[in-house]
Amino acid sequence: MIHRLLLWADDRFGTATFVHHALKKAFPDHWSFMLGEINIYAFIVLLATGTFLALWFVPGHANVVYEGPYQLLRGVKMSEAYDSVLHICFAVNAGLLIRQIHHWAANIFVAGIVIHMGRIFFTGAFRNPRELNWIIGSLLLFAALFEGFTGYSLPDDLLSGMGLVIAMSILQSMPFVGSWAMFFLAGGAWPSEILTQRLFITHVFVVPLLLIAGITVHLMILWRQKHTQFPGARRTEENVVGSPLFPQYTARSLALQFGVIAMCCALAAFVQINPVWIWGPYEADKAISPAQPDWYIGWLEGALRISPPWAVHFPGHMIPSPFWPGFVLPIGIMLFLFAYPFVEARIRRDYSPHHLLERPRDVPVRTAFGVSFFAFMLVLFLAGSDDVQARYLHLSLRDLVWTYRFLIFLGPAVAFWVTYRLADELRRSAGVKRAERLRIKRTPEGGYDEEPVA
Amino acid sequence: MYGFWQQASTQWLGFALACTFAGFMVAALGWARWILPQEQVTDLRDTYPQPVEERAQQVEAFVHGSAQLTRKTWLTRMAYAAFGLFGLAALFPLGALGPEPDGTLFHTRWKRGDRLQRNDGTFVKAADLNPDAVQTVFPEGSVGDYRSMAVLIRLPDGVGKNTTSGLVAYSKACTHAGCPVALYRAAARQLICPCHQSVFDVADGAKVLEGPADHPLPQLPIQIASDGYVRATGDFPEPIGPGFWEHS
Repeated sequence: MIHRLLLWADDRFGTATFVHHALKKAFPDHWSFMLGEINIYAFIVLLATGTFLALWFVPGHANVVYEGPYQLLRGVKMSEAYDSVLHICFAVNAGLLIRQIHHWAANIFVAGIVIHMGRIFFTGAFRNPRELNWIIGSLLLFAALFEGFTGYSLPDDLLSGMGLVIAMSILQSMPFVGSWAMFFLAGGAWPSEILTQRLFITHVFVVPLLLIAGITVHLMILWRQKHTQFPGARRTEENVVGSPLFPQYTARSLALQFGVIAMCCALAAFVQINPVWIWGPYEADKAISPAQPDWYIGWLEGALRISPPWAVHFPGHMIPSPFWPGFVLPIGIMLFLFAYPFVEARIRRDYSPHHLLERPRDVPVRTAFGVSFFAFMLVLFLAGSDDVQARYLHLSLRDLVWTYRFLIFLGPAVAFWVTYRLADELRRSAGVKRAERLRIKRTPEGGYDEEPVA
Repeated sequence: MYGFWQQASTQWLGFALACTFAGFMVAALGWARWILPQEQVTDLRDTYPQPVEERAQQVEAFVHGSAQLTRKTWLTRMAYAAFGLFGLAALFPLGALGPEPDGTLFHTRWKRGDRLQRNDGTFVKAADLNPDAVQTVFPEGSVGDYRSMAVLIRLPDGVGKNTTSGLVAYSKACTHAGCPVALYRAAARQLICPCHQSVFDVADGAKVLEGPADHPLPQLPIQIASDGYVRATGDFPEPIGPGFWEHS
């Protein structure tokens, strides 16, 4: 059957050579090359569960009175959006499970992207000729963050309302165009009645489309340029050594796919996530304390908390303080990520193409720099829950804020120094050992010869 | 399937699904590890850049083509003009995306003589509040309106500046990122924002004591009318909520 199908396709499209090469394409065996695939599989889970949720979700702002099965909110006035999410949670078969799978898959999706980017960064896989794919990957990360934010803003519960009001304040903090941007993107000042509608179409159509397009181009470039690989026996800059796509790598990848789905299901079954019925419907004057966003927005929350109240005043105008942590910082990080491959090439004066990866220890400065960047983000992330820490550790919030204000400089510096020393030591010791590694070869004449192992 | 039939709980359904997929995973893993023969293939990379002639021909083809395309004839100029006009026309519907920024950011619904209405619809009388009592209030008939929401606090005798017989009312929208300033620490007379922990001094014009907020909460001018109701004497003197470019 498949046999006939392949012949049928070749008769019409001339696919035989391509299919043959595709099936035998070499995929390097190192486990870290599978990290990126986690994201594809999480994305597939998101598309499937998201479509299911969209069958019931109503992006409406009109007030209704809840009359569903959840007793504690019966008779409460709420928006159609929140009402429909409660319906999904309590009245749709497996609705709550699907919603939780969707939310967990989103968390795994972003986490997977970050870890995958870490692998690319620390092994130098972003170098020429892969700079463009690094940029596309960074764009995908930011698209995923935005997609996540629009997603958890949709239910119109109290927590999401607080997140949205913060997002709007960042939007309106832009000099010159802030209020215009807010009025045009959100259809008016907060609380705008059309905002849920716009978030919905952004979340289920615009950004997913961009993600699909980005992932497609990402993979096409990968396919064309072929994988990088770690140095090793028979591996050179001119070849790729690995398992063939079919059947060996396919089986492994399928196992990963099932694993990702199983993980999403297990988390969704046993670890509650964003219980919107507890937060209650959004009301302008109500707030939840403590309130934290999803983990991948935590760094932004932390930046907003520890940044000083530095507003800039001009006659008749001002740049409010949320502009720096809310706008300049994320845009700066994004531009920095885009620029990194080119900056590094310039500093190392190395513009030539590389297909063999570097071990993190062999490039101590880059590794130290990457770790210190993660330390920077970690400090911001921790600062994003300083009120919770103050409460449970019985510390003064004021002290904590100031601690984080110092740590944001100290943490990355210490991380840089420690990592640099560690990597440098490892490099030195490994360098000695590698020179000593020899392979004994028996010559055809019966003698013995030794040659160094690459 | 059985689970769906029985209206099983989220936990059971999820557990069953997880087990199913974990089973698939183990099967695929075992298949990949033990059943399939291990095989290594070596692909040769294509070499870039491509040969010099090819590169030259590509540039040639493009330069030649674009010279033909951009030749300044009457026809091509018309084409550019048409595209340009179409681009401008396409901007027109986008103008409907939102209203132009108007007075919304500068004004709220408070006006002179408004009584202060609570969430439950009742109105505030000066005698209702004990010292350090806090109430969330809205202008008459606008309960739930974000831009007009205010906190009304009674300070003990002799405490606080600009009070009206011990009463002060401030906008409830934080001037940092717009969250409701929903926490009141009576002992220190501080309003605290639950989002980013800006601290405002209620006794001193809601000045910022701590945190990222960069200006005080606007104070609502109030008076106690002869009928005992607290009434606004006008709108907030400054724009409420977070700052923006046109905010001076």
